[in-house]
Amino acid sequence: MNTIVCIKQILDPEILPEKFRLDAESKRVIPPEGILPVINPYDVQAVELALRLKDKHGGKITVGTVGSAAVASMVKHALAMGADEGVILADEVFEGSDSFAIAYILTKAIQKIGDYELVLCGRQAADWDEGLVGSIIADNLGLPLVTLAEAVDVDGGELRVKRVTLDGYQVLAIPTPAVVTVSNEVGQPRLPSGWGIIDAARKQVPVWSAGDIGVDPSQVGASATRRKLVKLFIPARQRKSEIIQGKDTAEASVKLATRLREAKVI
Amino acid sequence: MADNQGVLICGEVVEGKITTVTKELINTGRRLGDNLNQPLSVLLIGKNIEEIAQEAIFLGADRVYTVDGVPFPESNPERYAAIMVKVCRQTAPSIILLGQTDMGRDIAPRLAARLGATICMDCVELAIEARLLLQTKPVYGGNATAVWISADYQPQVVTMRPRVVAPAEPDTSRKGEIAPLSIDVDDSMIKGKLLETVKEEVKGIKLEEAKVIVAGGGGIGGSEGFQLLQELAQVLSGTIGVSRVPCDEGWMPISIEIGQTGHIVNPNLYIAVGISGAIQHMAGCSGSKCIVAINKDPEAHIFKEADFGVVGDYRQALPLLIEKCKALLAI
Repeated sequence: MNTIVCIKQILDPEILPEKFRLDAESKRVIPPEGILPVINPYDVQAVELALRLKDKHGGKITVGTVGSAAVASMVKHALAMGADEGVILADEVFEGSDSFAIAYILTKAIQKIGDYELVLCGRQAADWDEGLVGSIIADNLGLPLVTLAEAVDVDGGELRVKRVTLDGYQVLAIPTPAVVTVSNEVGQPRLPSGWGIIDAARKQVPVWSAGDIGVDPSQVGASATRRKLVKLFIPARQRKSEIIQGKDTAEASVKLATRLREAKVI
Repeated sequence: MADNQGVLICGEVVEGKITTVTKELINTGRRLGDNLNQPLSVLLIGKNIEEIAQEAIFLGADRVYTVDGVPFPESNPERYAAIMVKVCRQTAPSIILLGQTDMGRDIAPRLAARLGATICMDCVELAIEARLLLQTKPVYGGNATAVWISADYQPQVVTMRPRVVAPAEPDTSRKGEIAPLSIDVDDSMIKGKLLETVKEEVKGIKLEEAKVIVAGGGGIGGSEGFQLLQELAQVLSGTIGVSRVPCDEGWMPISIEIGQTGHIVNPNLYIAVGISGAIQHMAGCSGSKCIVAINKDPEAHIFKEADFGVVGDYRQALPLLIEKCKALLAI
């Protein structure tokens, strides 16, 4: 089972709201100092799912990402977890691409990588929270798609995919090659081992430009976006934030009940 | 598709009924249609849906397209998407509206990709300004809000977060047209198979319908602690929910997870116990009328998101809160 996993570097989504800053003028988020970017957590779970398949059925895992050369540490992390190869798709014409353009760039890279049975993507990126890229890649490649997977297994020549729903799950069978987006129910991803880190450090991660993968520059970048961001702002918080005081927890809890009664919510 | 016109809602039918989310969408879609002076259509896929099609008209639709087919939870999503693509091509709407539900999350991106449309997922506000659709959605887990427009692309697919807008009261004097469509899907093009759909029944009140929710997080420390939360919920005629940690730790089932990727709730009272207030969790409960935080860490972010807070160990706080609530409610 050869798998290609698409990953994205994002601002750490665990950042405390009081540290979150943006520039309303340029409509950009300002990464706070001292907070390192991370791989989108859903994408790490996609790498984990690929590794579980590899543990059981063998095969090769290739990790691909769109970004500048600065994303090399993200790819190295995935390699240290156990992925075999990585590739960075970097070109100044990619700057400001929307989900359609990112999916187009990844599609072209996937076609160049060739030999694969499965493409995995995280269910959404924890920055813009859309959940589009995997589905668009599937459409571009004309491949079957299952979204929000928590487990994938191989059954004969087919994939068995367990898909998360709000009140349960579904099981789907799809032929390969296929695209699957991965949900957080996969569970804890593994940490890189010491050997994994040493191995990953030795590996070369090639950088492919638009020309290398046959991307038409007019289809990508800020000028090709289908929608325009007109406003980006931090929403106001309107809660009272009243801490109920008391000589101890017990007294405060009793007062809380009274306050809730006064507020007519119980 | 420059001549696209009108608003089309991709409605959902579950157990023979129009879902609440679809009713909310009809309310939003009616307003958008009125602002644009364009018609509002609703697509319903299901079996024997004449009667509920009429209900969609009472709720605000000008036209209801009915398609005889399998509702989303029992359908292969590829097949369901194929039906929708055909309906959208045939009816050429300008705005296509879906709920940010199991169906919307899966189908909307497929639809946008196939139709060459624009798309915006999980909007909390839609408005028309200078005949353009302003699409407002929380980003960065709710830390920021973004507003988009798509001036040059048609159609525009948007999904709307549940429970942001209430459904309208049905008006039984409203008139509209019911148009059955016969849509043929080439099954040889459908590559996957849906083998089973399993619903994990949750006992008691549904989270979306609960007036009071007592939710626990990592601070509960294990499945035993939820007994106390359950007891408080019972006293307040509510139900219990959880944040991510208890699911990841296997203390509680994922079917009651509240947050961006789980249930989105808006009860009158939301009591968050041992929950740090991660933004992804707050995205699921920030619509609650009153939020109470009980946490032993006075620095926990949840206190900033709450109306009332008690700093302390829940094991000490809850028994007294339960007792006092019982007294106040004369139970």
